[in-house]
Amino acid sequence: MHRYEKIWLSLSSAVILAFMLFIGYQAFAEEMAPPSTKETLDPQKVDETPPFDNPGVKKVGENEYEVVMTLQVFSFTPDDIEIPAGSTVHFTLTSKDVVHGFEIAGTNVNAMVMPGYVQKITKTFAEPGEYLVLCNEYCGSGHELMSTTITVK
Amino acid sequence: MEAAVKQTWRQKVTKAMGINREDARISKSYLFVTFLALAIGGICGLTQGLNRSGFLELPSWINYYQVLTAHGLFLVLVFSSFFTIGYFYAGLSHTLGGLLPAVRKIAWTGFSLKITGLMIALIPVLMNEASVLYTFYPPMAASPWYYVGLALIVIGIWLCAFGAFINVAHWRKQNKGKHVPILAFFATGVFILLFFGGLFVAVEVIVLIIPWAFGWVETINVMLSRTLFWAFGHTLVNIWYLTAVSAWYVIVPKVIGGRRFSDLLTRIVVILLVVLNIPGGFHHQIVDPGISESVKYLHVFMSLAIGFPSLMTAYAMFAVFERTGRKKGGKGLFGWFKKLPWGDVRFLAPMIAMIAFIPAGAGGIVQTMNQLDQVVHNTMWIVGHFHLTLGMSAAMTFFGISYWLVPYVSGRVLTPKMNKFGVWQTVLWAVGMGTMATTMHIVGLFGSPRRTALTTYSDHATALNWDPYMIVIGIAAVILLIAGMMQIYAVFHLMFRAPKGNEEFPIAKPEEDGSKTPYWTERWSRWIFVMLLVVAMGYVIPLVDFIGNAPPGSPPFKTW
Repeated sequence: MHRYEKIWLSLSSAVILAFMLFIGYQAFAEEMAPPSTKETLDPQKVDETPPFDNPGVKKVGENEYEVVMTLQVFSFTPDDIEIPAGSTVHFTLTSKDVVHGFEIAGTNVNAMVMPGYVQKITKTFAEPGEYLVLCNEYCGSGHELMSTTITVK
Repeated sequence: MEAAVKQTWRQKVTKAMGINREDARISKSYLFVTFLALAIGGICGLTQGLNRSGFLELPSWINYYQVLTAHGLFLVLVFSSFFTIGYFYAGLSHTLGGLLPAVRKIAWTGFSLKITGLMIALIPVLMNEASVLYTFYPPMAASPWYYVGLALIVIGIWLCAFGAFINVAHWRKQNKGKHVPILAFFATGVFILLFFGGLFVAVEVIVLIIPWAFGWVETINVMLSRTLFWAFGHTLVNIWYLTAVSAWYVIVPKVIGGRRFSDLLTRIVVILLVVLNIPGGFHHQIVDPGISESVKYLHVFMSLAIGFPSLMTAYAMFAVFERTGRKKGGKGLFGWFKKLPWGDVRFLAPMIAMIAFIPAGAGGIVQTMNQLDQVVHNTMWIVGHFHLTLGMSAAMTFFGISYWLVPYVSGRVLTPKMNKFGVWQTVLWAVGMGTMATTMHIVGLFGSPRRTALTTYSDHATALNWDPYMIVIGIAAVILLIAGMMQIYAVFHLMFRAPKGNEEFPIAKPEEDGSKTPYWTERWSRWIFVMLLVVAMGYVIPLVDFIGNAPPGSPPFKTW
């Protein structure tokens, strides 16, 4: 093997390894791992299963909110949410029918929402504004209409 | 003894006369379907591009997602698999001294199964009964016939894999202790991946979906189906990549008048791509529920590992270019670069494909990591990524191959005039796909979702900012359609109209001072065993979890 090739391959391995260490540090030390909730529920009984029997915005602490939300073709319940600037919001999500995606455009909030599974993701809204929430997984003929907003005041 | 004599006689005939006519007919038919699929899939793609950019309102009898389903079906499933089979069967015939009669029969049976399957799957798509896209995530449920058709296509592909195995095994028996010719070695790797990757989707479709879609069982396990799909889906994209890589290592050096890079390293790259591939599918599920953070971390590692053989390839390719360019008198640091045959479409197209793989591979590496994936998951970025990897790196290599393979199997030649036409076609396609993929990456980074028909989300300011990019994508789609139609014209011209003659099947010789390749590279049973171990590492925990801790299943939904 040529000397340059050895250098190239060693550098390649080092870069891949560095990525791994960095991702591991972010995921486990900084708690920045991707949304990975493992709770389940009966997808045909979402309306009777807590907390989804009572979806909505709930204040859970100082500047802290929980949004319990169901996704269904082609809407979000609750929709057009308002929250004060600077608050941390914990989204608890599930689907009542097919696979949906939960994306707040322009942020890192992006999660798959599967029927039968609870998905959780947290975001602190520092900047005021009207955020666009959309479904980013094809879910049917009205998929492109499935959106709502979060207004941060 | 008699068989051996027959074999060598056949090899001599093949060498003198070009390809065996019956073998040629197989590859020719596969390539014919390949480029027909490109035409149909390309028109679908243009329709989507024009719709999303706001240039074209779809008529009421057609729906965006129906077109998108067809686009995926024709390009992801038909174009790629028919090309792979047509190309490697020609390669097997050329390097192994012809196909066995039984293998020919298998290839034809596979061909008719795939065409039948495609027709069965296509009818519900045309009737808007299967607008579930080519990923068909349950619990969205298409007409059961859509899945029956897909299952037949997979079985047809399997038959071709078995045919290739039989032919290679036969050659090895005749040539004990010898290394399988390099192109046949690539073919072996590709068909192993097709077989094992296909197993996952076959279980998904035949065991889980078909009984559910017909209503024989009431509910389906959605996470299990989705995971089985990506074990196949990701393997499939790497199969095209490995097909393209085979041409980079074996064909391109010959076209530029050089020799291959190290035979041992080439074979190791093939083995690594086969062994590491399948668990990569999990990086499509980084933001899914139901998978723990530590298992996802393991999968990030498994995905990144696939990057390693590609980095080996990057070095190998440029080493070959430099060596050949210098031999031709290229001086200085970059003088060799100018000595490459830029006016030869058989080189230009795969070369641009390789260059495109630099950003494409880098993009793949960064987006497989948690943080960036959370930004770009299911956005146009991903669409940009696979238009760069598949639309450029794989497809342009396939186009480059077609300029000599099609005349080779048709008993015709690539004329200088057609070569010039090919150069223009290549440049146009590169401009179109390069522009489109780059724009898609950018607008995806801003959050524009993939697989979404024209919408402004009630004129939301964020979504309105995406519009200018969509217009660029629409324009690029027009350029691509022109380049695509030129490619299809070139193929059909080379197939039926070009002057008769014998076109060369370019296969480069190994390097002169190369060391002898050790025989362990040929021990495929060992590599398959290692591959299954890696698959088990990646899949046992999540699959057991999805089955053992499954929530109640989902009934079918038709939401379009």
